[in-house]
Amino acid sequence: MKLSYLADLGKFVLWQKEVFRKPENWGMYYKELIRQMYDIGIGSLPIVLLIAIFLGAVTVVQFYYQMEGTLIPPYYIGYIVRDMMIIELAPMVTCLVLAGNVGSTMAAEIGGMRQKEHIDAMEIMGLNTSSYLVMPKLIAAAYVVPILVCVAAVVGITGGYLASVPSGLFTQAEYVQGLRAFFIPYNVVMMLVKSVTFALILVSVSCFQGYFVKGGSIELGAASTRAVVFGDIMILLADYFIAVVLTT
Amino acid sequence: MIRAEGIFKQFGDQEVLKGIDFTFEAGKTNLIIGRSGAGKTVLLKILVGLFAPTRGRVWFNNIDYTNLDKKGILAIRKEVGMLFQGNALFDSMTIEENIRFPMDMFTPMTAKEKLMRVDEVLERVSLGGVNPKYPSEISGGMQKRVGIARAIVLKPKYLFCDEPNSGLDPKTSITIDELISDITNEEKITTIINTHDMNSVMEIGENICLLKQGKLAWKGNKDQVLNTDNEELEAFIFASPFLKKLVEAAKKNGATSLENL
Ligand SMILES: Nc1ncnc2c1ncn2[C@@H]1O[C@H](COP(=O)(O)OP(=O)(O)O)[C@@H](O)[C@H]1O
Ligand SMILES: [Mg+2]
Repeated sequence: MKLSYLADLGKFVLWQKEVFRKPENWGMYYKELIRQMYDIGIGSLPIVLLIAIFLGAVTVVQFYYQMEGTLIPPYYIGYIVRDMMIIELAPMVTCLVLAGNVGSTMAAEIGGMRQKEHIDAMEIMGLNTSSYLVMPKLIAAAYVVPILVCVAAVVGITGGYLASVPSGLFTQAEYVQGLRAFFIPYNVVMMLVKSVTFALILVSVSCFQGYFVKGGSIELGAASTRAVVFGDIMILLADYFIAVVLTT
Repeated sequence: MIRAEGIFKQFGDQEVLKGIDFTFEAGKTNLIIGRSGAGKTVLLKILVGLFAPTRGRVWFNNIDYTNLDKKGILAIRKEVGMLFQGNALFDSMTIEENIRFPMDMFTPMTAKEKLMRVDEVLERVSLGGVNPKYPSEISGGMQKRVGIARAIVLKPKYLFCDEPNSGLDPKTSITIDELISDITNEEKITTIINTHDMNSVMEIGENICLLKQGKLAWKGNKDQVLNTDNEELEAFIFASPFLKKLVEAAKKNGATSLENL
């Protein structure tokens, strides 16, 4: 069991050589790239927005509850929400959601193509399927996911505002003062590094699970689940390592 | 010409092919026949390079296909068309997009030229006008034809067909067989067909190899089929007792070949 994971890891690493081969036809890759950008971006926007707005709202309410009656000034809450969203919540939660949403779809799509011999048919035509089916998805995700994460951060902060100011927890001036306090631009860099890394992880893990699927519909379902589980685990691990590397 | 030289293939500890030597002749309709599970699909996939043989080589004329680098493999594949057992039509594309796909990918043709070529091959397989339909909206026989159309759209030198008439009624099977055979002759393609259908054998078999449990059990052409005393071949061809009786009766009346049966 353990050994088979190692074997998969080796297969995955060797496979990257095929994935990054020069495209046969830039136009077709470009078309696929645009389709993927649309699918990833527009397709997962609603769920990302929904989750982000509640993340921000809950963060504010919970921190207010903890800090009420202490000497910490209320504007600190704006500062806390901003940094939590930017540094951690927006990139990680968005990408965990995308791993479940986009990742499982990609695994199922590519796995279905493998099982229905579509991949074989393309190979016979002389196409390098590893690169045609994976590279546009990787590039699309590397562009679109950071945008989604930025949107999530902004929406999350807005969610925090909506949950606090109208209900009178503190004033708009206090919240905005918090948002503008102690701002470190480097944190945004950290957010972008995380988004791109997580995007590449979730796409390549999912495509790998789909591309090498065997058997029938049960195996396809299992591959799709594995794509999400492994994707999530890898994202969490990467989150930790990036945190360690970029903060020391 | 495609030559299989000492092909062995093992999956785990199951030896599926046990040393196949056979030459598939240029410009002819070559058949690989045998019962279900004999190893036909595996042999065909080794010939086109979807499986690597455990031992042995595949030659495309003078090129050793088994030991080519990726670039060489892609170059040969541009000359290969294949019809899959399950058709392998891209189901979220229309028929037109399916047939256009190889041209989109590999040729600098203009949109108009592509459309003309799509119409031309669809016309060739008698399916003019189905362009906007999706694969799921047409019958199994029509899907086979679309598969053939897509396989020949780039004018391949080699055409591979895995069970082109599985799942079709006898009449449709025969039209598909004839279509493949006619295209082979018109375009001087080297065609290799996998089949377990003995109608195909009698109709279009110009060069036949019979596989039995991973071994070559017989080779010859459709005219030699009747006059053979090879037991394996008889067991395969005359699996139906009715047919066996018919042919025996015909032979008694002096028939010596397919033509005067
Ligand atoms: N990918 C594979 N992995 C393991 N065994 C296989 C594989 N493909 C085919 N086989 C085995 O090879 C044998 C021959 O299969 P096949 O070539 O599909 O037969 P057929 O002559 O009906 O086309 C079968 O026993 C099958 O179980
Ligand atoms: Mg078969």
